[in-house]
Parts: sequence; C-alpha cells; structure tokens
Amino acid sequence: MIVAERKPFDEILEMLAPYKRVLVLACGGCVTVCLTGGEKQADELASQLRLAARQKGMDLTVESDSITRQCDREFIEDLKTDPGQYDAVLSMACGVGVGFMSELYPETPFLPALNTTFYGANTAPGAWAEYCRGCGDCVLAWTGGICPVARCSKSLINGTCGGTNDGKCEVDSEMDCAWLLIYKRLKELGRLDEYRKIRPPRDHRTDRGRGVRRLVHEEMVELEEEESKA
Amino acid sequence: MTLPVSRFQEALEAGEFVVTGEIGPPKGTNLEPVIHEAETYLKGRVVAVNVTDIQTAVMRTGSMVGSKLLLDRGIEPVFQMVCRDRNRLALQSDLLSAHILGIRNVLALTGDHVAMGDHPQAKPVYDLDSVTLLQAIAGLEAGTDMGADMKGNPNELDGVPTFFKGCCVTPCTEVVEPQIIKLEKKVEAGAQFVQTQAVYDPATFETFMKSIDHVKVPVLVGIVVLKSAGMAKYMNRGVPGVQVPEGIIQRMADAPKEDRKKVSAEIAGELVREMKPMCQGAHLMTLGWDDVVPDILANAGLKN
Repeated sequence: MIVAERKPFDEILEMLAPYKRVLVLACGGCVTVCLTGGEKQADELASQLRLAARQKGMDLTVESDSITRQCDREFIEDLKTDPGQYDAVLSMACGVGVGFMSELYPETPFLPALNTTFYGANTAPGAWAEYCRGCGDCVLAWTGGICPVARCSKSLINGTCGGTNDGKCEVDSEMDCAWLLIYKRLKELGRLDEYRKIRPPRDHRTDRGRGVRRLVHEEMVELEEEESKA
Repeated sequence: MTLPVSRFQEALEAGEFVVTGEIGPPKGTNLEPVIHEAETYLKGRVVAVNVTDIQTAVMRTGSMVGSKLLLDRGIEPVFQMVCRDRNRLALQSDLLSAHILGIRNVLALTGDHVAMGDHPQAKPVYDLDSVTLLQAIAGLEAGTDMGADMKGNPNELDGVPTFFKGCCVTPCTEVVEPQIIKLEKKVEAGAQFVQTQAVYDPATFETFMKSIDHVKVPVLVGIVVLKSAGMAKYMNRGVPGVQVPEGIIQRMADAPKEDRKKVSAEIAGELVREMKPMCQGAHLMTLGWDDVVPDILANAGLKN
C-alpha cells in the first residue's frame, strides 16, 4: 500500500491562505489504512482549520467529504458535494489522488494535505515501513524476498558495503542492514549462490529514468473501442 | 603476464612488502599544504599515496586533481573513486580523464552515505557499486564502455586506458562471510589489490586472512593512526567494522599530550610489524599526521 504522512499544520494553513471556501476531501484507500488521510482524519483537520481560522480572524469556511478512492474515476459520482463549488480542495489522498483529481477538475485547485512517503506494510500497531521502491525491475527472486533497492540505504545490488555496523546501517543505528538480512535469509534457504553471483548495474530506464511510466493492456483498449463502435 | 602499469603494481608483483600512504584534499582550493606534507614525509618512504574522494561525504577538492599534483611532484597516486556522487557516465569519463593525466592506480569504493557528511540533503547516486565499477574499469581496459550502439554492440573507445585496480574490505566486522563473498565478487570483477579498513587486532586479522586464502590478490592491511583515546572510543562507537582494543586505548590515554604522536607511531608500527607476515603490505591512513609516517616505518622495522 501507499503510505503518507500529514503535512505540518502551518504549511497547510499557508497553502489555504488565498482561499475562502475549502473542501477537505478524505480518501478511503491506502491513506485510510495508514490512518493519515481517511474520513476521521479529514474531519479532524477540518475542525482544526475552522478553529485556527477563527483564532486568526481568517475568512475561511471549511467542509469535509470523503470518497472511496481519489485515483479512480468510477467513485466520483459518490461524492456528496461538488468539488467545483469550492475555491480549493484540500486532498487527503496520496500524490496520485491529488494529481488525478486535479485532472478531473481542471477549474479547481487540489492541494495536498499529505506528503506521500513510500510503498509499505504495517509492521506493528501504528507502524509502517518501506518494502518496495517501485523500481520497475523486481529483484526479490534472488534476494530472499528482501528488497535491496528499497531497504538498503544505498540501493546496492551486489552485497553489503563497509557501512554495516552490528547488523545496522551506517545511516541509522535503528535501521537494519538490508544486505545482512538478505545474506542471513539466503543462507537459511541454502541459496547463498544467489549472493555470490555478480549482478549487473540496474537499468534505470524502468525506474523513472525515462519520465512518466504507463501500463496499457492493449486487449482491453481494443475491446473498449469495439464496444463504442457497436 | 602483462607488464605492470605502475610502480605500486610492480612492487607487489616483485613480492615486496608494500607500504602506501594517504592524503585527504581540503575543503577549498588550498591544496598545496597537503601536497607539501606528502612531499616532505611520504615521498620516497611509501610506494604510492591514496587520494581520498570526498571522504566521509564531506565536500572537498576532488581526488583527481590531488592525484595529478602528486604525480607532478614525483609521487605515485592511488586515485580513490566512490560510487556515491557520480553515475556511470561520469565515472567512466573521469577514468578516461585520469588515465590521460597519467593516473594508473585506482581504488574502487562504494562510498559513505551522504547522510554521514555535511550535505545530507544531497542525492545519493550509487548507480554503480564497487563491484560493477570494477567491471566498468575492466571494460574500459578492454576497449569498450558500458553502453552499446543501435545494433547492441559495445561502444569502442578511441584510445584505451590501463589501470591497476583495487578494492577495500572490512576484516573486523561482526559477520564477516558477506564481506568475504563481496570481496570474491570484486576480485572476479577485476580487483588486483586490496587495501583494508582499519585493523587494530592482529589475531582477528590473521583469522580473516586465513579465510580469504583462496583469494589470490595482494592485501595491504589498513592502519588508521590514532590521535587520541577519544578518537579510538569514537571509532568503536561510530565507525562500522572498526574495533580498537582496550589496551591500545589505554596506551593513548596514558600518553602525555606532547607524546601522543610518538605513542601513536609506536602503536601503528607494532601493528604493522605484527601483521607483516600475514599480508603483502600496509596502508597507512594518517588523517593529516603525515609526519608520523617515518616513525611508524622505523618502529615497524621497515627500511626508511
């Protein structure tokens, strides 16, 4: 899932300065699961904003709404409110939601309430950690299921560097050395031969090296075209 | 066997116990004092002098110009290259440039993370790692770069460089097998010599050397000169894979301030003397205290 963090309140307030009527729009997807951008957090933020506006004497009206997913066209009709009726929408979605909604409502500014941080999993109550970088060329088959691209601070692909310290990374004594984890896992699996192989440098063409990445299922595009003709 | 490309390579191939030194370029354009120190204390005493590449991710003058200035003074440099700051285009380009300047010894390193240095906001590159950088160097020596033309054939170079290629290993890390496997990969990728991370415990080093008996490249044991007991304690806390035994820390602590350089040179000299039978050379990292090198060599019982 996509994990995001709430932006600092003051940054949000500064973002909203030019606007008088604002809709705080929650997203029911990943950001609800990581307890950052769901309906509850949107209602809380809306009331904090109303309070701050009153205290600072700002002319600001704030309402809130939520939608199942801001990255999917099919849920737009479930909106109780019309985003187009507001001066701006403060989106509680990840960057995908903010960007996609901006396209759907070209007349309305969509502002990010969150910083989208990583693709992660829930590791303990209230804690999430990064597991994937979306590099476009998955290596997990030969790294014991532990991603060196996402979990090694240097994204190294040929093994541990000299910065491994008591099993932790030189960057942060709380962070495991991914390559030591990979080594131990491969050893347990009897697959150290995978560690011994020299891996070629990563191909950054799949990893944002060529701009916007897309996925197109041609057969679905064709089906759609045939249906529209018929 | 092909002819050695440097005096450093020649000395190792001749079976000499080889000593190398190290200089770190400054933050700023005032490189002359460092070069002068090398000329005064290292020239004629060590076979080659490493020039660090933006060491510990603290922005400084580069290793290529430091290497070139050493060459101009008749000192053979070991050009250090880290993978942190340049992608494969820049690394290969700098290797060609270095060769043109007369630089022949190259040490390929991963490089400390930018988080360790004074520009923590910088983008860490690591397009290549130490293994693939060594492969890239070997590729250049074979006359091709890492790219390919439209038909998929490797790009051929107009003028081919030659290098003596080295790498690093950390012998005293807690779990050593992954380090050894990576060393094997570096040698497979083309590494011809090894300069180790700092070693203060000859017994651990001996065990390590036995475990890499199958790796047939010369190893220069890394000696980092201690400046104080505080520095030793700091390294034990903060420098990965470095452990200074309590006895050595105590000797530094007991030394009066004016005798620290003397005691430090004694400790380093003893370490070199003790580990000399286990390896093919020593790499002295003096962190600016170049003037202790003559004493270290004397204390180690090496020709000065």
